[in-house]
Amino acid sequence: MTESAPPHRDTPERLEFRDRARGRALLDALARWTEDRVDDPVSIMHVCGSHEQAIARFGLRAVLPPGLRVITGPGCPVCVTDAPEIDEAVALAEAGLRVATYGDMLRVPGSRGSLADARAAGARVEVVYSVAQAAELASGDAPLVFFATGFETTAVATAAVLLRDPPEGFSVLSAHKYIPPVMEIVAEMPATRVEGFLAAGHAASITGWGVFEPFVGRHGLPVAIGGFEPLDLLAGFAALVERIRTGRPGVDNCFPRMVTREGNRRAQAQLWRVFEPAGGVWRGITRVPNGNLRLRERFSPFDARRCHAALLERAGGAPGTPTRAGECRCGDIMAGIATPLDCALYGSTCTPALPVGACMVSSEGTCRIWHEYGGAHPLAEQAG
Amino acid sequence: MSGDERIGLRHGAGGPAMRELVQRVFARNAVSREDAIGLADLDDAAALRVGDRWLVYTTDSHVVKPLFFPGGDIGRLAVSGTVNDLAVMGATAPLGLACAVVVEEGFETGQLLRIQASIEAACGEAGTRVQTGDTKVMGRGEVDGVVITTTGFGFAERLVRDDGLRPGDDILVTGSLGDHGLAVLASRSDLRVEGDLRSDVAPLNGLLATALRAGGDAVAAMKDPTRGGVASALHEMAVKSGVGVVLDEASLPVRPPVRALSELVGIDVLHVANEGKALIGVRPAETKRVLEALRAHPLGREARRIGTCCEERPGRVVLDTGFGRRLVSESDGELLPRIC
Repeated sequence: MTESAPPHRDTPERLEFRDRARGRALLDALARWTEDRVDDPVSIMHVCGSHEQAIARFGLRAVLPPGLRVITGPGCPVCVTDAPEIDEAVALAEAGLRVATYGDMLRVPGSRGSLADARAAGARVEVVYSVAQAAELASGDAPLVFFATGFETTAVATAAVLLRDPPEGFSVLSAHKYIPPVMEIVAEMPATRVEGFLAAGHAASITGWGVFEPFVGRHGLPVAIGGFEPLDLLAGFAALVERIRTGRPGVDNCFPRMVTREGNRRAQAQLWRVFEPAGGVWRGITRVPNGNLRLRERFSPFDARRCHAALLERAGGAPGTPTRAGECRCGDIMAGIATPLDCALYGSTCTPALPVGACMVSSEGTCRIWHEYGGAHPLAEQAG
Repeated sequence: MSGDERIGLRHGAGGPAMRELVQRVFARNAVSREDAIGLADLDDAAALRVGDRWLVYTTDSHVVKPLFFPGGDIGRLAVSGTVNDLAVMGATAPLGLACAVVVEEGFETGQLLRIQASIEAACGEAGTRVQTGDTKVMGRGEVDGVVITTTGFGFAERLVRDDGLRPGDDILVTGSLGDHGLAVLASRSDLRVEGDLRSDVAPLNGLLATALRAGGDAVAAMKDPTRGGVASALHEMAVKSGVGVVLDEASLPVRPPVRALSELVGIDVLHVANEGKALIGVRPAETKRVLEALRAHPLGREARRIGTCCEERPGRVVLDTGFGRRLVSESDGELLPRIC
């Protein structure tokens, strides 16, 4: 629509991940391959908040063909952090310890309020951008608990800091989660009817794509590793749809510039030297065997659950009940059963300024993302 | 907004919360008048009819942290902000400014001299001067460094409003987007990206005068996309004009370091403040002429058409990403960092 070439050609444009003509070609192919599924759309689930961000950011939902349904899975680490885990962080803060965490975590409610509530009541809660920054704030005189959330990508950073001789007084309250096990759970949920998974490219850059091969064998569902540029996403959808329609489940690496079969072995080694898998509840989903990452025994001196066990025990007791849990549909949204539009609170009672559920708090949460990128106004129905 | 509700930072972010605050509190009893533009209209400045001309006037308080940032400082900002609010109403020859300064006890005189030099330099560029002012000192901790309030006035032969868009009009921007907000963010948080990240803060009255000369009555609406960015400014224009706006993302001028930082921290460039840019709605027949005039001016070399107005979805702004389409939302003013 312009008369001359844009004055600023940015790098992603030049690198062709944002080649609009190729994007249109992939959308055309997806439409052709799914035209016989309009009444019963092909269902693909992604398990990554950054995927939803990219889908929303580039407006893909308005142009996906009617025979393809892309549903959101448990891809927001902040959202799946369980209320009792938040209660632990709040209890330590209320007991007078300094607690540091990522900004997204601050306002997510536990069963007795959020860390932001604790801070407003006088507790010392600090927002950090990295675990390394949190470690710098700690010393023997000024102990600090880092409330660690995030999937394997973020857990590797926590592991690296713990392996580099962290300062005295630094401890980690781990709410880290591991994605592959939850895919097993969601694949077997009858209500979701997922026919294929788009796996998160950055997580797979750590784990490697080979980690999904046993999953494909067990469930007969295809997995594609997807990046975060629009062409990465569309190529991932195309690979999945192709495998679904031809009935040949397998793993496709659609993010080869970042992901290899074996992944980042050094990072994996660090991850598993520090953490071990443990079962735990993912908020809104269910108990996920091996879905949590717990600090190994030899890191006890840095494990907040061990070195501050007495404080946590004293604060224990019956957890309260989140006041509006009954109305919020975060759990169903993370399980792919509902969209934000199915929630009566979305956009009215629940907004980024006054969030009710975790999905509206975190920048990785589906509700927050939909709201941020203009909600879900039915642009698809108004072509042009 | 009830009497119990407390003011939050989002009430100053230039988005829906701020409009609600102004409407419910400050403009509570304001009424529209034929011969005056005022609080009820929530435009960039007020105007009074004086004979066959309009006296345009506005006031603006400036608070920025850090006070000195790449590309400018609070002094340059205080002059440009007020001059630009007048200019987008069509008053491109400001007659004069008044400047009130609130200083914190302990503030260095050397820094005040630097700020004053910058005020004078910006006034020189805008062809105006500070003719009166006021100084107050507050105790340490009672104000953060320095707050500058500037008031300006000037005449407009023809008033340009922010509600004059019609379906078919083109939306132009006078240059690259997001430079100011991200330069300030980067310097506040010590975030470094490759390339030169500088605020665009500048008085635009000269540039907009050339656009008005070239386009005449075809210049249908103007607004400077400061707090809340292009997203809030275009929403206001679309709502008041009763049109929809479709933006073409590929046409948005964004410098590589701004793009890089915005993607790094997860902030939409459309939500970021600009202090040296204007959005101009033009009847399509004159688009070429106005663009040529803008590009001939040093501050408008990168002027572009970035979108068009339509009848559909009045009050909404749609972004055509080239891959798909989505609505542009207004920022709530709370930008949390990503964690994974």
